[in-house]
Amino acid sequence: MSSTARAQSGRWRQLRQPAAAAALAWLALVLTGAVFASLLAPDNPAAADLNSVLAGPSAHHLLGTDALGYDVLSRLMYGGQTALIGVAEAVAVCLLVGVPLGLAAGYLGGWPDRVISRVSDLVLAIPAVIVLLVVVSIFASNQTAAMLMFGLLGAPVMMRITRASTLTVRGEQFIDAAWVSGLSQLRILRSHVLPRILSTVIVQISLFAPVALLMECTLCFLGLGPAPPQPSWGGAVYDASQVIQRDPWLLVPSGLVIAATILAFGIVGNALRDTSVAAWSPTQLSPKTKTKTKTKTKTKPKTQPAPGPDAGAAPGLLRLDGLTIEIPSRSGAAVTVVQDVSFSIGPGESVGVVGESSCGKTMTARGILGLLPGAGRVAAGRCWFDGQELTSLTPRQLNAVRGRKIGFVAQEPMVSLDPTGTVGGLIAEAVRHHRGGSRQQAHNRAIELLASVRLPEPAAVARRYPHQLSGGMAQRAAIALALAGDPALLIADEPTTALDVTVQDGILGLLHELRRERGLSILLISHDWGVVTDVCDRIVVMYAGQVVEQGSTEELFARPRHPYTEGLLAANPHLAQAQATLATIRGTVPAPAHWPAGCHFHPRCPYATQQCGQEAVPLVTAGPDSMSRCLHIDRVGTAGGRYAS
Amino acid sequence: MLSLIARRLVWALPLLLVVSALSFVLVSLVPGDPARAILGPDASQAQYLLLRRQLGLDQPLYLQYYDWLRGVVHGNLGISLFTGEPVTTILNQRLGVSLTLIAAALLVAAVAGVALGTLSAVRGGRLGRAVDAVAMLGLAVPSFWLALLLIAVFAVGVPLFPATGWVPFSTSPAGWLHALVLPVATLAFSALTIIVVQTRDAMLDVLSRDFIQVLRANGFPARSILLRHALRNAAIPVVTVLGIIFIGLLTATVLVETVFALPGLGSQAVEAATQHDLPVIQGEVLYFTVIVVLVNLLTDVAYGLLDPRVRVR
Repeated sequence: MSSTARAQSGRWRQLRQPAAAAALAWLALVLTGAVFASLLAPDNPAAADLNSVLAGPSAHHLLGTDALGYDVLSRLMYGGQTALIGVAEAVAVCLLVGVPLGLAAGYLGGWPDRVISRVSDLVLAIPAVIVLLVVVSIFASNQTAAMLMFGLLGAPVMMRITRASTLTVRGEQFIDAAWVSGLSQLRILRSHVLPRILSTVIVQISLFAPVALLMECTLCFLGLGPAPPQPSWGGAVYDASQVIQRDPWLLVPSGLVIAATILAFGIVGNALRDTSVAAWSPTQLSPKTKTKTKTKTKTKPKTQPAPGPDAGAAPGLLRLDGLTIEIPSRSGAAVTVVQDVSFSIGPGESVGVVGESSCGKTMTARGILGLLPGAGRVAAGRCWFDGQELTSLTPRQLNAVRGRKIGFVAQEPMVSLDPTGTVGGLIAEAVRHHRGGSRQQAHNRAIELLASVRLPEPAAVARRYPHQLSGGMAQRAAIALALAGDPALLIADEPTTALDVTVQDGILGLLHELRRERGLSILLISHDWGVVTDVCDRIVVMYAGQVVEQGSTEELFARPRHPYTEGLLAANPHLAQAQATLATIRGTVPAPAHWPAGCHFHPRCPYATQQCGQEAVPLVTAGPDSMSRCLHIDRVGTAGGRYAS
Repeated sequence: MLSLIARRLVWALPLLLVVSALSFVLVSLVPGDPARAILGPDASQAQYLLLRRQLGLDQPLYLQYYDWLRGVVHGNLGISLFTGEPVTTILNQRLGVSLTLIAAALLVAAVAGVALGTLSAVRGGRLGRAVDAVAMLGLAVPSFWLALLLIAVFAVGVPLFPATGWVPFSTSPAGWLHALVLPVATLAFSALTIIVVQTRDAMLDVLSRDFIQVLRANGFPARSILLRHALRNAAIPVVTVLGIIFIGLLTATVLVETVFALPGLGSQAVEAATQHDLPVIQGEVLYFTVIVVLVNLLTDVAYGLLDPRVRVR
């Protein structure tokens, strides 16, 4: 897998634009030709010229003449009228009937779903083509009746697809959340469900419109459209088929016009879909792309690398050394999201990375694993793990590190396991991949792993599917999965954030025990002090892509040496004194493209002086087991109530 | 799962009743009188009335329907107004031809479509665009036109395959295969696009989900992530679409069988409709409906097998 959905769809958008423009232009041309046929057509479509029968293209007849001497171009222009009207009729009926019913069925469930699904099954079970044949016979050669009926017969497909994607969205927890928080059903449908299923509906229209055109042409081809000699596209193909050996040319204009118009519908539909998909598709992890990014490296790390291996750390199992990560923005310029990050984790040690959202915590973890989103890349720095330098490994070598040496646990347990397989099967697959052995051995090992994460009845859990587990159980299973390769380091990215408070403690206790039993090192990413202080020996505080302070947990609590740490501690509800007003840090974390010059924190800092905004601040030793990136280390802590609001 | 199948089958009975009643009414609206059509313009009024009575056409519609239903229960769908053969005999002969065509086309289209759609989702770039272009052509080229082109090139131009006609398997397996190539190619090509597009979309969607990231982060091999986990998840929407495509192909056989002059259900339907052969049309409706019901059932079963969240409900 060498590229990602996101990078690809971005590329698609760019490369497809000319095609979409050409398709739109063609549709406009067909539309103009059809609407203004009476003005633009070079010839009377019903004027048979028996003196020039089956004449090839000429100045007078641009596309030649057919077996009765009709001008082919003129007939195609007039034929376009009936074709396009027929498509519009069918699509309108299909949409107006299919989408509301699909939404209702998928969202409401229960009896509306049953009734709608049954009726739609019924309509789907009606042999469409026979009905159309019958309709055309009843309303002799009335194309409108046939196309309206075709739209109606196509509606159940639209309804099913709308229903299926509504069900998917409905099953996601945020809908329940929206419902619980009291949003009205219609509001949820409109603002949460409809946008998510829009792309599916657009894809379906882009598939149905050409099918409707095809059906229109088919009826005409079978001689069931407007009665000859009235012009139609399908009829033109039929006329050509009668003289296929004498004049194969005649097959070309009619067939190509039909094919090109259908193609144009499809291309426009695809372009629409790509934009709507890109609007909400989440970022995606991917192996480091091999292709060179075309972006100019605008932002170079301006700060000095941290002075040597950090103070007091054990010889690192994992050691980051000036890690800098860049991600190309939409405009193509590289944006630095992680800058000059250095810290290390010793064997059996547990380190917490703390900071507000979008401070670069997760990106750092992804950088270690070589799974940066899109065309993100490590722009500078090194990442040593157990003697190996990870950033210089090939994707294959890196994949051998993942799982076997470093395990990974994600935030959302309910969506981090493959929903289509059993938990045991998934873990057994990981065991077999990392450790080999027979299926039976792997299965037994999977059950052992499930037992080791303290899941009761591990054999029964192994047979279950992820959706049959509670959040806490699923997170334990996800930890078991991460341990399948017996890694030395476990990276846990907000492993408790999505869980109930009561369940959180259990997971943290489990991490504790795993550490003790296996000598596992843990890199725990969190925005929650309670979580990291429970588990971690040392803490790394990150702000706006940089490490601003690191030190032992006790030292950091006793004496924060960076204003941001001080502010975070003051703002923490777990540590606040009863009845005291909870302090806040004013402002928000700036986006990576808008980091201020100098100290990244100075616009929000109560200690800031003019000097802070001028030069990049280096990370320096600030105490026996402490480093800080601040010009005013000595003053930190003196502000007292300055953070209190 | 068994109860799902049972419920579906129980539901199928009223469904068949309603659909056949509806079509009975629709077909009765078709202008023209079968008795008149059989006898031709020169027959006397007495002959005409006699034939109408023999055919049961003088009775009210609901009685005609009731008689027909009674026959269905006994496996008797009546007798063709034109050939005088039992309708079941005619349709059973033709059922095999249509099913063979559809099954072969579906197989070819599914294998090629899933492979191409996955390729397009994963590789993107120039290869993805080439796949998209080919897939798009499948939708754009009208099957009757493609059929004519194939005939023009591979039957008339370079006589590799027969232009029209059917060879029973029992007569000559090689000839059977030979005769199948062009119609199956035509049908499969038309079904390809939807499978490719749905596969690609589903794959792109699945590949952007969290669990794929977790699998990557825990060192699952790329091949397993793609072929086992992503494809299994992506298969759910694709299988739903396969059922729809089967039904689409059933419709397409009408055209393809007509162009290639194959003795299937589809070409028989066109024939019967133009001849006002009421019992045959009714039989066609019944056969088509039963096929559609069975395909929908199979789709549901496959859906349940693939998606455990559906299975338990």
